[in-house]
Amino acid sequence: MEFEPVIGLEVHAQLKTETKIFCSCTTTFGNAPNANTCPVCTGMPGVLPVLNKKAVTFAIRAALATHCTIAEESRFDRKNYFYPDLPKGYQISQYAAPIAEHGHLDIATDRTGEKTIGITRIHMEEDAGKLIHDPARGKSLVDLNRTGVPLIEIVSEPDIRTPAEAGAYLRKLHAILKYIDVCDGNMEEGSFRCDANISLRPAGQQAFGTRTELKNLNSFRHVENAIQYEIERQTHVLEQGDAVIQETRLWDPAKNKTMSMRGKEQAHDYRYFPDPDLVPLIVDQHWIQQVADQMPELPEAKKARFISRYQLSDYDAGILTADIHLADFFEAAVADLSNVKQAANWITTTLLGLLNARGLDITRSPVSANDFAALMGLLESQKITAAVAKTVFEEMAQTGADPGTIVQQKGLEQVSDSLALQTLVDAVLVENPDEVAAFRSGKTKLFSFFMGQIMKKTRGKADPKTLTPILQSRLHQEK
Amino acid sequence: MDLHTLTLAQASRLLGEKKISSLELTRSFLDRIDTHDDAINSFLSVDKADALALAKAADQQIAAGKHTVFTGIPVAMKDLLCTRGMRTTCGSKMLDNFIPRYDATVVEKFKQAHGVIIGKTNMDEFAMGSSTENSAYFPTKNPWNTDYVPGGSSGGSAAAVAARFCCAALGSDTGGSIRQPASHCGVVGLKPTYGRVSRFGLVSYASSLDQIGPITRTVEDAAMVLNLIAGHDPKDSTSAPKDVPDFTDGLAAFDRDGLSGMTVGIPKEYLGMEGIDPDVLAVFENARRLVEDLGAATVEVSLPHTQYVVAAYYIIAPCEASSNLARFDGVKYGFRAEQPRDLMDMYKHTRSEGFGQEVQRRIIIGTYALSAGYYDAYYGKASQVRAMIMADFSKAFETCDILLAPVAPTPAFRIGEKTDDPLTMYLTDIFTLSANMAGVPGISVPGGFSAKGLPIGIQMMAGRFDELSLVRAGYGMEKSLGLDQLFPTL
Repeated sequence: MEFEPVIGLEVHAQLKTETKIFCSCTTTFGNAPNANTCPVCTGMPGVLPVLNKKAVTFAIRAALATHCTIAEESRFDRKNYFYPDLPKGYQISQYAAPIAEHGHLDIATDRTGEKTIGITRIHMEEDAGKLIHDPARGKSLVDLNRTGVPLIEIVSEPDIRTPAEAGAYLRKLHAILKYIDVCDGNMEEGSFRCDANISLRPAGQQAFGTRTELKNLNSFRHVENAIQYEIERQTHVLEQGDAVIQETRLWDPAKNKTMSMRGKEQAHDYRYFPDPDLVPLIVDQHWIQQVADQMPELPEAKKARFISRYQLSDYDAGILTADIHLADFFEAAVADLSNVKQAANWITTTLLGLLNARGLDITRSPVSANDFAALMGLLESQKITAAVAKTVFEEMAQTGADPGTIVQQKGLEQVSDSLALQTLVDAVLVENPDEVAAFRSGKTKLFSFFMGQIMKKTRGKADPKTLTPILQSRLHQEK
Repeated sequence: MDLHTLTLAQASRLLGEKKISSLELTRSFLDRIDTHDDAINSFLSVDKADALALAKAADQQIAAGKHTVFTGIPVAMKDLLCTRGMRTTCGSKMLDNFIPRYDATVVEKFKQAHGVIIGKTNMDEFAMGSSTENSAYFPTKNPWNTDYVPGGSSGGSAAAVAARFCCAALGSDTGGSIRQPASHCGVVGLKPTYGRVSRFGLVSYASSLDQIGPITRTVEDAAMVLNLIAGHDPKDSTSAPKDVPDFTDGLAAFDRDGLSGMTVGIPKEYLGMEGIDPDVLAVFENARRLVEDLGAATVEVSLPHTQYVVAAYYIIAPCEASSNLARFDGVKYGFRAEQPRDLMDMYKHTRSEGFGQEVQRRIIIGTYALSAGYYDAYYGKASQVRAMIMADFSKAFETCDILLAPVAPTPAFRIGEKTDDPLTMYLTDIFTLSANMAGVPGISVPGGFSAKGLPIGIQMMAGRFDELSLVRAGYGMEKSLGLDQLFPTL
């Protein structure tokens, strides 16, 4: 039987506010354990939460960027459960009345083409702390720095059908949240986390099958691999005539498998009810308009602008606008360049190649936009050849030095002095009499051999535009 | 001069005129506590050295002419109000060793005014109870007769004021916990409008119902304390951004106009109820005649959902409590059971050893009522009832300015009399719960005595944020009855 996968994604994104959602503690990552805490976020007796307005503004921004309808009145509930990383014994979360609903994202994949993925809701909540287990001492340590960091949870409709669509949706959402500057998107540090719900149903059937929830998906690749694995696993279960068990499963990237974590019978009863310590959250049109007015350019608009303003191909513009920081790098670099197309090619091939090889993202590029622009400038003004530019770029990536200094110190400036080139050409012709004879007897393909010899002597510095006519005339001269 | 007999207003005047010092005043209360509190047990902790130091500092402020009406005034705090550096137990073993590093906003206001915090008063554990017998430490005795309870849960505060151990005390009222002990102890207790006073630093029992208020000897004193503690607090989202009037204006209003122009509503459902003690009814009838004598018109009003108040309250309050008290899990502070086998074992033992029976009972009720499948039938339904009770009150206040009612169906009962019968205990809250459910202010002023010589209070309730009417009517009643001059012999 043919099965159709039905996939929905839940993304938890940490909002990059300076302070926590219900107190004024800093959200800075990496401080000493429990340094970022106060009586409110550690759940001391008698303290009360006060909502951070900036967090609401960020949630509104995310809602607008994903085409959601923003609720005029939303509410915070308490999700009750006991765990040592949850100091109040409940998490404050918008359960019954979220801040935004009914949004969507348009995605494109190679196989299925363009598609709209619905967004069910966006709600605000506080993050929990972290437990650090110390098996050697038989103890668990609690770090509450993350407790109370604001999160938005973005829940998709079950509109996703393939791992590739899941990947495309996540990458798009990730890009947007970074674009609008509400989330740093760091998946390793957990500021962008994803859970996936997957079920299968016989092709053509409307009703959903039994779903499993996948956790521990901390890279786009993991999400795609885990979903792929889970589709295969569920297919196998169903083909055997067995039933899929509703449960939470953990992705083990080392084993490339999902493992059962807890079943439905172990599911918590969270006893949600409205948090009586907080008042309803009222978002009026004025507030929404204010946020809309300050909304940064979104990926689609930026891509369209790159195509029209810089005459880039759809493909190049797509790559350059996939990440806000890459787009910013590009625009900073080409501000004073005339050959934008050349710079774009260099970024999409050479620079991204380097970053991929080193596993870096653009914000940690060893070559700054400024230095990169300077390198392109040298190329444009023909001070160096394309071949030399590659060498200089590698040197820049290694040492962080600026291209001007590298070119000067290593004497890599292009040789376009025709007298010097004539001397060089003559020397090469003298050194290679057989090839000269062969050329002159009609083997004109050898032209590139001579070019190569001269480039070798000049270490790529010879300006091909000056060199070519000189070499042409010398080779044909004695005929 | 017997300094302990002074009201807050009198003491404040004498301090300002430098006729007495805060040190003398504070010492006289400390001495009195030393001599008599063993019989009453109103305090859980008294920090003499600290109180005397605060008194000295207050005297310096007065000498420097930088004083307010509260400078040098010794006050007691119910032991669920967080006091920086001073043990705050909530009457529970769970918080036996808990020393907050922050002050409740109300405590901070007293400190800023250079008031003297003389001690922390006993209470039913986590404010759950109507007799102060649920304290994990000891029951407090009624100063009028130590065989009887002082009421609760702010029984320690009411007893301390009645026994003249302090000028005034703060209590908290979730379902009558200020008004009922004030009634039983023959003092004034005022529960402000929900949102009038910041709850920051009050260890929550039921957040949507809890409100801090004064327990004092006179209505004037209550108005003065409310002047100090009322107002919006950025640390409490549920505190109302409302202007705060001078509540002592209510006294002037009475002195000028009596109660003329005022309409007093008599809820018909209250008096048809069974089980109201004849002495309580007599006090109530007397009060009704009195307000008429003072110029008010009386009118019968209806609060049709009164019969559902107890049931709805005992769903909503435990639901909120089950969540509010989840933080007492033995992980970060407070009591932790010894030698747990694992995490679940630690939670179970910590909470069953650290909480008393009544607290556990309410946590279990609340947990059950919020559970999947029961939520709609219990919490959902109770919330609907609550909305109807609110509507009842709004409607009633269309035809009257204040409501007159008993505080409790009976005078104080004997210690131990109802401890085995929680349901009967819950039913005694019938007249006080509504004000919390509707969020309106209520006051209890001494109204008379039972045949056995126990005080009986009279309750008045007003529309939201209309404490001024309560002060005016309460003051009128107090002035006419003259009961504020009486106090128990210890």
